[in-house]
Amino acid sequence: MSFETAGYQLAPVLPEIVLAIGAMALLMLGAYRGQGTTGAVTSLAVVLLVVVGVLEYMLPAGKHVTFGGSFIVDDFARFMKILALIGSAVTLVLSTEFLSDPSRRIFEYAILVLLSTLGMMVLISAGDLISLYLGLELMSLALYVVAASNRDNAKSTEAGLKYFVLGALSSGMLLYGSSLVYGFTGTVSFTGIAAAATISNVGLVFGLVFLLAGLCFKVSAVPFHMWTPDVYEGAPTPVTAFFASAPKVAALAVFTRVTLTAFPGIVSQWQQILVFVSIASMALGSFAAIGQTNIKRLMAYSSIGHMGFALVGLASGTVEGAQGVLMYIVIYVAMTLGSFSVILAMKRNGQAVEKISDFAGLSRTNPLLAFMFAMLLFSLAGIPPLAGFFAKWYVFVAAIKANLFTLAVIGVLSSVVGAYYYLAIVKTMYFDEPAGQVDPMRVEVKTVLAVSGLFTILFALFAGPVVSVASAAAKSLF
Amino acid sequence: MTTWPILSVTTFLPLVGALIVYLSRGDDEAAKRNSRWIALWTTLITFAVSVILVMRFDPTNPDFQFVEKANWLATGITYHMGVDGISLPLVILTTAVMPFCIIASWKAITNRVREYMMAFLILETLMIGTFSALDLVLFYLFFEGGLIPMFLIIGVWGGPRRVYASFKFFLYTLLGSVLMLLAIMALYWNGGTTDIPTLMHTAVPRSLQTWAWLAFFASFAVKMPMWPVHTWLPDAHVEAPTAGSVVLAAILLKMGGYGFLRFSLPMFPLASHDFAPFVFTLSAIAIIYTSLVALMQEDMKKLIAYSSVAHMGFVTMGIFAGTMQGVAGGMFQMISHGIVSGALFLCVGVVYDRLHTREIAAYGGLVNRMPLYAMTFMVFTMANVGLPGTSGFVGEFMTLLGTFKVSIPTAFFATFGVILSAGYALWLYRKVVFGALVKPSLASMKDLTFRECLTLFPMIALTILFGVWPKPVLDMSAASVQQLVNNYNTAVTAVKAAALLQ
Repeated sequence: MSFETAGYQLAPVLPEIVLAIGAMALLMLGAYRGQGTTGAVTSLAVVLLVVVGVLEYMLPAGKHVTFGGSFIVDDFARFMKILALIGSAVTLVLSTEFLSDPSRRIFEYAILVLLSTLGMMVLISAGDLISLYLGLELMSLALYVVAASNRDNAKSTEAGLKYFVLGALSSGMLLYGSSLVYGFTGTVSFTGIAAAATISNVGLVFGLVFLLAGLCFKVSAVPFHMWTPDVYEGAPTPVTAFFASAPKVAALAVFTRVTLTAFPGIVSQWQQILVFVSIASMALGSFAAIGQTNIKRLMAYSSIGHMGFALVGLASGTVEGAQGVLMYIVIYVAMTLGSFSVILAMKRNGQAVEKISDFAGLSRTNPLLAFMFAMLLFSLAGIPPLAGFFAKWYVFVAAIKANLFTLAVIGVLSSVVGAYYYLAIVKTMYFDEPAGQVDPMRVEVKTVLAVSGLFTILFALFAGPVVSVASAAAKSLF
Repeated sequence: MTTWPILSVTTFLPLVGALIVYLSRGDDEAAKRNSRWIALWTTLITFAVSVILVMRFDPTNPDFQFVEKANWLATGITYHMGVDGISLPLVILTTAVMPFCIIASWKAITNRVREYMMAFLILETLMIGTFSALDLVLFYLFFEGGLIPMFLIIGVWGGPRRVYASFKFFLYTLLGSVLMLLAIMALYWNGGTTDIPTLMHTAVPRSLQTWAWLAFFASFAVKMPMWPVHTWLPDAHVEAPTAGSVVLAAILLKMGGYGFLRFSLPMFPLASHDFAPFVFTLSAIAIIYTSLVALMQEDMKKLIAYSSVAHMGFVTMGIFAGTMQGVAGGMFQMISHGIVSGALFLCVGVVYDRLHTREIAAYGGLVNRMPLYAMTFMVFTMANVGLPGTSGFVGEFMTLLGTFKVSIPTAFFATFGVILSAGYALWLYRKVVFGALVKPSLASMKDLTFRECLTLFPMIALTILFGVWPKPVLDMSAASVQQLVNNYNTAVTAVKAAALLQ
C-alpha cells in the first residue's frame, strides 16, 4: 500500500520533517564532537529554522489536510508557523552571548529550542486532540529543560522545576478535558467535534472548560498565570525572550483553532470563559505590574496583560476577531523581542542588570538604546502611531462588532492603567539622573533591536499588506 | 490645480526637519546652535508652505480642499487628508506659532537641545496632521501621537514637579481618548468606513449617537479642557517649559474645540442637541468658577492656565449654541485665544528667564525698568479681558451673541466671566507691572531683548489687527461654518418635525 494515498500525503509536513531530521542531525554532531561545537550547532540551528521557514512559505497555497485530518496546513497555520520560526530563530541569535560563556557551553540548548519549535509547528497545525497533545508536550518538555539551562544557578533550576510541575498539572487538565470531550462527542477530530457539539450538554461543556484551562496555562492567562513571573525572572534572559515569543504564538494559535473550529456551535459557552479570562488577564497584567522593580518580572506581567488583549479578539468569535489575534501576536512578538534585546543589552562591566532603577538616565548615556526602548514601551502601551496601537485597534474593533462593549471598555481602561508602568520606565530613562554607562551592545543584539524598533515605529507605513495577509489567514479558519 | 501634495508636505516637513536635526550629531555649542537654526528654518519653511495653502484656498467652497487620498489599511481605512474653513485656520495657527516657540526656547533651553528641537518638530507634524486628517483612524493616530513628545517636553525640560505633571497630562488625556477610540470603532461598523466626509453623510442611529457623543466628549472635554476635567492643565502649564506652555495653550487645547466642530456637531447632531444644555451648564460653571479660581492664584502661569479654561468655556458654549454667530465666534475665539494665551505665556517666560520664579509676589513695579515689556504685557492683558479693539473681544462677543439666541440664562451667567476676567487679569497686571520697584532682585531687570521683541511684536500686531478687522479669519471659515450650521439645524428640525407628527 502506497503511503501517498488520499489523506496521507507527506508534502504538507515537509517543513516539519526537515526540522525533525535537521534537529537530530545536529544532535549527532554535538554528541560526537562534544561541547566545543556549541557555536556551530547554534548557527546551524538558525540556518535550519530559516530553511524551514522558507519551505513553509513555499508550500502550495490553499488548505491541505493530511494524516486523516490530524494535520492541517492552511493560511492561518502558515502565518503562525512562520511567526513562531522567526521567534525561535531570533531568540537563538540573542542566545549566542549566553552560550559563549565557557561554563555554559551547552549545545543541547539549540537542539531543545529546535525540538520545541517542532512541537509548536505540530501544535499550530493540529487537527485533532491527539496531535494537539503531542505537539503541546513536545513543545513543553523541551521548554522545561531550557528554563533550567543555567544549571548552576538556583533560580534558573527553580524556574525549570516550577514550570515543569505546573505544566504537568495543566497537561493533566488538558488531557482530562480532552477525554471528556471525546467521551461526549465520540471523536477527537476538530471537525467531528464541531459537528457533534451543536447542542450544548453539560459533559461537553465540562470538558471544554478543562481543555481551555490547559490552554490558558500555556498562554499564561489569568487565573493560570502564577508560574509566569517566577519563570520569567528565574530563567536566563534569552530563554525568557524565547518563552515570551514563540511558545505564545503556538499556544495562541491552537487556542484560536480549537475554539473556532472545534466548538463553533457553542460559542456562547466558551465566550463567557474567554471574556472572564481576558478581563482578568488585562486587569492583573496592568495592576500587578505597577509595583514591580525587576524588569523581567515586569515583562512577565506585561505579557499576561497582552495575552488578555489578544484574547479579547478571540472572545468575539468572528473572522475579525481571528484577524485581530493574528495582528496582535505579530506585533506582540516584534515588541517583545525588541524589549528583551534591550534587557539583554543592559550590562554594566559585563554584569547583567535587571532592576528598573538601573535604567536611570539611559537617555543621556545611551540615547539610541533609550529611544528605541521608549518607543517599544509606548508601543506596548498602545500609543499611536506605533505598532502596538494597531494591535489593540484590531482586537477591540472585533469586540465592538461582536457587541462585547463591557469587555472593550474594561480593556481600554486597563490599557490606560498599563500605560502608567510603561511610562514609569520611560520616566526612569528620560527624567532621572544617569546611573552609569552601559557596556557596548553586541552586534546581534543591536541588529534585533534595530529591526524590531523600526518595525514598531514605522509599522503604520506598511500596515496595509500585513493586514491583508492577516485577514486572509483569519478567513482560512472559517 | 496642484500637482504636488501640498498638505502632506506641510504636515511632514517638520518631521523631515527632525530627521535632519537628528543627523546633526555632536554635543558641543556648535551642534546646539545648528539644531536651533535647523529647527527655526524648518518651522519657517513649513509656515511658508502653509501660506501657499491660504493663497490657493477657495473660501467660498464649504467642502474639503487640497484633498489627498491613498490606500492605507484595507477595508475602508485610508490615508485621507484635506482642509476646509474650520481646519485651515488652525493649521495656519500651528505653523505660525511654532517659529515663535523655537525662538522663545533659544536661550531658555541649554541642555539636550537636539532632543528638544526634535520633540517640537515631531509635535508640529502631529498637530498639523490632527487638523488635516480626514480619516478617523488617521486622526486618532495624530491626535494621540502628540502625547509622546509633549510628555517628554514636560518631563525632561519642565519644572520641579515635572514628573507628576507629565504623568497627569498623559494619563488624563489617554483615559479620555481610549473611550473615543471605541466610539470610532462603533462608527466604523455603522458606516463601514472611517472616512470622515463619508461619515458626515451617514445616518447614525439615535442610541449610537448618544453613546458615541459621550465617548467623543470624554476625549475632547479633557483636551479642551472643560470643567471639571481641567485639573491636569494648570499642572502641565506650570511645569512645562515656556514654549511647551505656548504650544499647549495655543494649539493643543484647540484640538478639543476642533473635535467638537468636526465630529460631534456634524456626525451626532441629535445627541449634540440633546446634550447642549449639559454643555452650556458646564461651560457657564467653567467660566465663572475658573475665573474665581484664577483670582486666587499666586503663580503667574497657573493664573493664565485657569483663564484659559474660562476662555475655552466660551468656545464650547458658542459651538453648542449651533447658531452661525456662536460657531463662527467659537472658531474665532480659538484663533484669538491661540495668539493671546500663547503670547501671555511668552510674557511670563520673559520675566521667568530673568528671575527664575513665577511667583506673582516676587514681582512689582516692572514698568520702571521694563517699559516695552509693560506695554506688551498690557496689550495681551487687555486682549485676555476682551477689551473692544482686541481680538479677544470679537470672539467673546460673538459667542455670547450666538448663545443668547438659544439660551439666555447661559449667556447671562457667561457674561459674568467677562467681568471676572477683567478682575484677575488687571489684578495680575497691577501686581507685576505697577507699583514701586522696591524688591532688590528686580533692580537689575533688563527690558525686552531684540529676540523677545521678535516673538512678541508680531503677536501684538495680530491681536490688534484681528480686533479691529476680524474679517480675514471669519471669511476663511464662513462657508464651512455656514454649511455645518445648516446641516445641524436641518437634522435637528427634521427630528422635531417627526416628533410633532407622531
